[in-house]
Amino acid sequence: MTTLTTATTIDEATARTEGALRTVRRGLALSPEFRAGLAGTMLLALIATVGRLVVPVAIQQTVDKGMRGAGSAGGAPDIGFIRNAVLICAVVVVITALSAYAMNVRLYRTTEAGLATLRITAFRHVHDLSMLTQSSERRGALVARVTSDVDQISQFMQWGGLMIIVSIGQLVVASVLMAIYSWPLALMVWLIFLPFAFGLRRLQRVISRAYTGVRERVGDMLAAISESVVGAAAIRAYGAEERTERRVDETVERYRKAQTRAQGLVAMTFPSSELIAAIAIAAVVVVGTLMGVAGHLSAGKLIAFMFLVTLFIGPMQVATEVLNEAQNAIAGWRRVLGVLDTTPDVADPGQDGVELPRGPTEVRFDDVSFAYPGDGGTVLHHVDLTIAPRSRIAIVGETGSGKTTFSKLLTRLMDPSSGRILIDGVPLRDVRFSSLRERVVMVPQDGFLFDATLAANVRYGRPSATDAELAAAFTELGLADWLNGLPRGLDTRVGQRGESLSAGERQLVALARAYIADPDLLVLDEATSAVDPATEVRIQRALDGLTRGRTAVTIAHRLSTAETADEVLVFDRGRIVQRGPHRALVAEPGVYQRLYASWSAHGGIA
Amino acid sequence: MSQRVTSDILRAGLRVLWVAIRTEPRVFAVAVVGSGLYAAATVGTAWVLGRITQNVVLPAFAAGRTTAGALGGAALVIVAVAVLKALGVAGRRFYAGLMQYRLQATYRRAVTRQYLELPLAWHHRHPTGQLLSNANADVEAIWAPIAPLPMAVGVVLMLFIAAAAILATDLLVALVGFLVFPAIAVLNVVYQRRLGPIAARAQQLRAEVSEVAHESFEGGLVIKTLGREQEETDRFATSARRLRDANVSVGKIRGLFDPVLEALPNLGVLAALLVGSIRLEHGAMTAGDLIQVTYLFTLLAWPIRALGWVLAETPRSVVGWDRVRGVLDARGSLPYGAAALTEPGPARLEVRDVRFGHAGGPPVLHDVGFVVEPGRTVAIVGPTGAGKSTLAGVLVRLVDPDSGAVLIDGVDARAAGRGEVPRVASLVAQETFLFDDTVRGNVTLGLDIPDEQVWTALRRAQADGFVTELPAGLDTRIGERGATLSGGQRQRLALARALVRRPRLLVLDDATSSVDPRVEARILRGLREAQATGSGSTVIVIAYRKATIALADEVVYMEHGRIVDQGTHAELLTRSAGYRHLVTAYERAESERAARPERPGRSGQAAGEAESVDAGEEAMAP
Repeated sequence: MTTLTTATTIDEATARTEGALRTVRRGLALSPEFRAGLAGTMLLALIATVGRLVVPVAIQQTVDKGMRGAGSAGGAPDIGFIRNAVLICAVVVVITALSAYAMNVRLYRTTEAGLATLRITAFRHVHDLSMLTQSSERRGALVARVTSDVDQISQFMQWGGLMIIVSIGQLVVASVLMAIYSWPLALMVWLIFLPFAFGLRRLQRVISRAYTGVRERVGDMLAAISESVVGAAAIRAYGAEERTERRVDETVERYRKAQTRAQGLVAMTFPSSELIAAIAIAAVVVVGTLMGVAGHLSAGKLIAFMFLVTLFIGPMQVATEVLNEAQNAIAGWRRVLGVLDTTPDVADPGQDGVELPRGPTEVRFDDVSFAYPGDGGTVLHHVDLTIAPRSRIAIVGETGSGKTTFSKLLTRLMDPSSGRILIDGVPLRDVRFSSLRERVVMVPQDGFLFDATLAANVRYGRPSATDAELAAAFTELGLADWLNGLPRGLDTRVGQRGESLSAGERQLVALARAYIADPDLLVLDEATSAVDPATEVRIQRALDGLTRGRTAVTIAHRLSTAETADEVLVFDRGRIVQRGPHRALVAEPGVYQRLYASWSAHGGIA
Repeated sequence: MSQRVTSDILRAGLRVLWVAIRTEPRVFAVAVVGSGLYAAATVGTAWVLGRITQNVVLPAFAAGRTTAGALGGAALVIVAVAVLKALGVAGRRFYAGLMQYRLQATYRRAVTRQYLELPLAWHHRHPTGQLLSNANADVEAIWAPIAPLPMAVGVVLMLFIAAAAILATDLLVALVGFLVFPAIAVLNVVYQRRLGPIAARAQQLRAEVSEVAHESFEGGLVIKTLGREQEETDRFATSARRLRDANVSVGKIRGLFDPVLEALPNLGVLAALLVGSIRLEHGAMTAGDLIQVTYLFTLLAWPIRALGWVLAETPRSVVGWDRVRGVLDARGSLPYGAAALTEPGPARLEVRDVRFGHAGGPPVLHDVGFVVEPGRTVAIVGPTGAGKSTLAGVLVRLVDPDSGAVLIDGVDARAAGRGEVPRVASLVAQETFLFDDTVRGNVTLGLDIPDEQVWTALRRAQADGFVTELPAGLDTRIGERGATLSGGQRQRLALARALVRRPRLLVLDDATSSVDPRVEARILRGLREAQATGSGSTVIVIAYRKATIALADEVVYMEHGRIVDQGTHAELLTRSAGYRHLVTAYERAESERAARPERPGRSGQAAGEAESVDAGEEAMAP
C-alpha cells in the first residue's frame, strides 16, 4: 500500500531526533507557569523529604537512647527523654505533613496551569496550520495531541521533576558522608554503581522510544475509534461493523502491546538496581571486614557506613523511577512539540501584513499554477485572470477540472506553487488574515455545523449579530418560510455536525452564516448542491440582488447559475479554456457548449 | 450522573477491583506473589544484615581475622536475598502493568463494540470527543488502582502478621497504636466524600476538552474560511481552564490525603511509644517488648501506604466506571429476527404506514406508504426538509419506524436476521463518508471481493477512469488522509461501494449531486440496463434533476413528511401543483429571465414563489 505523501505534514522529526534534555527544556519553556514560585516549592519539598527521612531514624533513636541500659543491665529506661523525644517527633511529623501538603497544592497549581497553557497553545497552532497540513493527520490523533498526550506530562511534573532534584541532593549528601567515613569504600560503591548508571542511560533511550511508540499507538487508536463514531451511518448502511470492529481491535491491541513492551523495559530497571545495591552492600561487608581485620577501619564506622549505603541506594532507586516517568513525559512533549514545530505553510503575515480597506474587491491571478505536494501532479496550469470589482463570476467544468483548487487559492486556504494572486493590487500573501477573512468568505459544499442552536451557528459568521439580524438574513435569502417552519425556529438545535438537519438544510444554514458575515468577495463552492430547485432558484435570485455591491464567485454545479453571471470561466484539466458571458459561450463551439447541451438534456431544462 | 454516597463509592470501588481480579485472576495472582516476595525479601534483607553483622563482621573485628568462607557466605546470602527481591519487584511491576493494560484493552473493545451496536439516534446525542474520552481517559481512570493493588494485597499479610504480633506483645499498647486504623477509616470517608463529586466533574471536563477539540478540528475548514481561529481558541481555552481548575481542586484534596495518610502510622508509633513508656515505668512490660512493638509498628506503615495508594485512586476509578457503564448499559440497539432474505433477483419493497420522529421530537414522517415491485425504479421527490433522507434511512433500516413497517420481499425488516438487510439493500447517502483505507478497502469494506469485481463496480459507477489515474490505483490510500478527491469522485466511489455488493434494493439519496449530468446519465442508464436483464436492483432514487426523475417508472412526491401524490412523472406534472413548481423551477427561472433581460432587483422573497420550503421536521435534537 502506498500513501500520497505530502511535504505539508506534522513535523515529527525535530523533536524525535533531538536530545531528551533539549525536548524537556523546550517543553518546559512552553509553560512558564511551571517556574512560578519554584524556589518556595523546592524549599517545601526539601523539608518534606528531610522530614520523611528523619522521622523513622528519630523514632529509632528515641527507642535506642531511651532504652539504653534498660535492655540488658537492668537499668531504668529514661522515661522523661522518651516523652520529650516523642513530642519533638510528633511536631516533626506534623511539619512534614504540612510541608508536603503545601508543596502538593503548589505543584498542582503550577503544573495544571502550565499544562492548560500547553494545550491551548497547541490547539491554536493546529488551527494555524493549513488545511493541507491539518488533513495530513487524522482528527482522532490530532485530538490526542491536545488531550491525552498532554496528560502524560502531568505525572512527571507533579512528582518526578522535584523528586529528581531532591534525589540528586540526597545522593550528594550520602556520597560526601560515605567519603568522610571511608573514602576507599565510597569509591568502591561508586565504581559498582557506575556501570549501572551507564546501562540505565542506554536503557532509558530504549524506554523513551517505547513510550513514543505508546503515544503514537494512542493516536492511531483514537483515530480508529473516531472513524467508527463519525462514520456510524455508513457503517450501518453497509453492514461494515465487523470490518470496523476488526480495525479498532487491531489498534487497541497494538496500543496494549506497546504499553506492555514499555512496561517490560521499565520493570527491568528495578531488579537490576536491586541487584547492584546488593552487590554493593556485599562488597562493603567483605572489603570492610577485611579492612577492619587489617586495622584500617573500626567496627562502628563499618556499621555506620552500611547504613549510609542504604541512604545512597534509596534515591538511586527513586531516580530510576523518575527517569522512567520522564521518558513518558518526553514522549508526550514530543507529540505536542511535533505540532508546534510545524511551520504553517500558509502563514498569516500578522502585524506586518496589510489591512485592506472594505469595499468592492478586484482579484488578479498572475500566472498561477498549483500542484499538490508529493506526486499529486499539477492541478492548475498558468491561470491568468482578472476578476473585476462587483462582478459575478460563474466557474464551470467537469469534476476534477480544478474548480475547487481555484476557489481554495482565491480564499488563500492554499498558496500557489508558482505565480501570485493579488487582491486590490496587494499580494494575497501580504494580507493580514483578520482582514482577509473579513473580506473574503467561502461557503464550501459541505457546510459543517457545530452542535449548537441554529442561531449560534449563523452567528458564527458575525458574533455581534443580533437575533433580529439573524432572522433578517434568512428572510433576505428567501428562507423565512423554512425557518418559521422549524418547531423552535432559531433556537432549534442542529445536533452533532448538524446531522439533525438534512444535507440541504445544512447548506441553507451555511449560506446564511456566510451571508451574515457580509464579505466583499463571496465564494460559493457548490454551496446549494443539495437544495431543491425551487429553493435554489429563490436563493440564487436573492443572491443576485445581494451580490450587486460585492464580487461573487460561484462554482456552479447547475448551469442555471452560469446563465445569470456576468462572466463564465470554463475550466478543463486545470486550465481556463473559455471565458465570457453565457450567451457568447453557448454560441461558440467548445467545452461550454458541450456542458450546456449535457445539462439541458439531463439536468434542468428538458 | 447520579452522585454516590460515600459508603457507596468505597463499595463500588471494591466491586470494580473485584471485577478486575475476576477478569484476570492469574495475572493478578502472579503480581501478588511478586509483591509478597518483595515484601518478605525486604524484611529479610534487614534481618540478614543484622545477623551478618552479629555473626560475621563483629567476630572478625574482635578476633582480628576472618575466613574467606564466612565472608563469601555472607556476600552470597546478601545477593541471594536480593535476587528474591528483584524477582518480586520485577514480577509485581510487570504483571500489575500487564493486568492494567489487559483490562484497559478489554473495556476499550467492549466500549467500541457498543459504539458500533448502538443506534444512530444515540450517536446524535453523544459528541464524538466525549466518546473518545469514554474509550480512553475514562477506561484509564477505572483501572488506575490496579497498578498499586497487587502491592496492597501482597503486603496485607504483613499487616496481619505484624498486628497479631503487636497484640500478642501488649494489649493496651496495641489498642492505642491501633487507633490509627479508625483514624485512617475516618480520613478515607472524608476523602471519598469530598473527592467523589470533584473527580466526577474533572472527568466530565476532560471529556469536554476532548469534545471541543474534536468538533473544532472537524470544522477546521469553516473556522478558517470565516477567520474564527481566535474565537475557537477562546472556546477551547475556557474548557481547558475549567479542567485545570477542577484538577487543582482534586489536587488540593489529594495533596492533603497523601501526607496525612503517611503521617498517621508515624503518629501511631509515637502514641504506642508514649503509652509503652508509661507501661514500662509501671513495669507492665519490658523494654525488649517495647522495642519489638515499635519495630512492628514501622512494618505496619508500609501496607497502610500501599492501601492508601489504592484508596486514593478509588473515587476517580468509580467515576470512570460510571461513565463507561453509561455506554455499556445503553440500550436501544436494533433487535434482529431470524428471517433470511434469500429471494433471488430484485427485491419487492413495501412501505406500510410508516411514522417516524427523532427521539423527543415531532414526527418527521406521517403514515408514509407505497409499494415498489421488483426491478422497478421509483423516484422520491420533495422540497428540502420534506423527510426524504429520513425515509431513505428507514428503508434500509438505519432506524426503525415508530409505527408501521418496511417489508422487503414480504419480510418485515425487523424480523430479518443480523446483517441480512445490509446484504440485500444498499444506501448511497447524500454525503460520502470515506474510510481511512485504500480505494479497494473503501469499496469492499472488509468483504472478500476479487479485484475484477471491484473494477466492474467502479466501471458501473463511472469511477474506473480516475481510479486508474491514481498513483497506486486500487491501493491508493484515501479517506481522512491521502489522495485528494473531488466531491464527484467521492460520490462515485460510494456508489461503487454499493454496486459491488449487487444489492437487490438500491437506495440513492441524492447520491450523484456532484457528478456531471452526462456522467450521471451514463450511471443511471447502466442501472436501467441491468434491470432489463433481470440481474439489477429495485432502485429508489431521491433526486432533483428532471432527467433523473424522468428515468423512474414512478414518482412519489412528498411534502412535510407526507406523501402528497404518487404516479408517473407526466401524471404528476399535470396533476400536482407543488410537484410542478419544484421540478420546473429552472425552466421558469429561465423563461422569466428571457422575458425580463434586466436582472431582477433586490428581491428577498421573490413574488410568485408560492410554495414554501418545507418545515424542517428533521430538525429535532432532544
